Amino acid sequence: MIDKKHIGRQLPTFLVTAEAGQLRFFAKATGETNPVYFDEQAARDAGYPNLPLPPTFLFSLEFQIPSNAWRDELGIVTARILHGEESFRYHRMAYAGDTLRFDVRIADIYDKKGGALEFVVRETRVTNQHGEHVADLRSVLVQRNS
Amino acid sequence: MNAISLEKINVGDTLPPLALPPINRTTLALFAGASGDHNAIHIDTDYARRAGMPDVFAHGMLSMAYLARLLTQWVDQRQLREFGVRFLGITHLGHQITCTGTVVERFEVDGEQRIKVEVRTTNQYGETKIVGDAVIAL
Repeated sequence: MIDKKHIGRQLPTFLVTAEAGQLRFFAKATGETNPVYFDEQAARDAGYPNLPLPPTFLFSLEFQIPSNAWRDELGIVTARILHGEESFRYHRMAYAGDTLRFDVRIADIYDKKGGALEFVVRETRVTNQHGEHVADLRSVLVQRNS
Repeated sequence: MNAISLEKINVGDTLPPLALPPINRTTLALFAGASGDHNAIHIDTDYARRAGMPDVFAHGMLSMAYLARLLTQWVDQRQLREFGVRFLGITHLGHQITCTGTVVERFEVDGEQRIKVEVRTTNQYGETKIVGDAVIAL
């Protein structure tokens, strides 16, 4: 069982710089056809200072957390997890070249079906290099124990 | 892009759908690299079978990225206020996903006119895989 004592735990804050090359790769991998997401000139023509991060890309940047030790400490088994829910609340846009700060917190841990399914809820606050609030993410992981 | 007139949007309106090609192993390998999600269950068949799955399967966030495309081909991303989904079923190799959306509500927050759009992904067999909603400022 994933120990509920971890509820409220704050993971070490980290900084990630969104890179234009990674955004272009993401655009390719998702079949993006809107050039503002892969062509700097199109982005500027649309009034953006640089390539914008598409709506779900902050989730990708969160994978750059320097250590995944917290997963082991909670008892998360990668082969058994599924993504249950994901949500974003947006406050401002982020762009290639921005250095974003991720503050991640284990917001909740609960189980269903007598422990056959365990849920870990993560809440992440993202701010930019100017200290401005960019977005909040909420991620629910499901671990299958049966 | 974004030639629609947001003032004319009404509850019940549907978004132009987004039809994707069938999911294949290349799709998943590229998305693993591009998204930073390197979980082997999406790219290594041997690993997926040991984990009790018939084969590799699509990242949930790939489908959410497709739904994001559904939204941003319709409105400018600067208008997007909230976007959330629940992953109901696994999107397998060969599944041909179509993203659809419907305007379900119109309301005001802090003087800003907003709409709520319900979105979903459906495969070629009519099975819904992801449901969610987005809040968009007009």
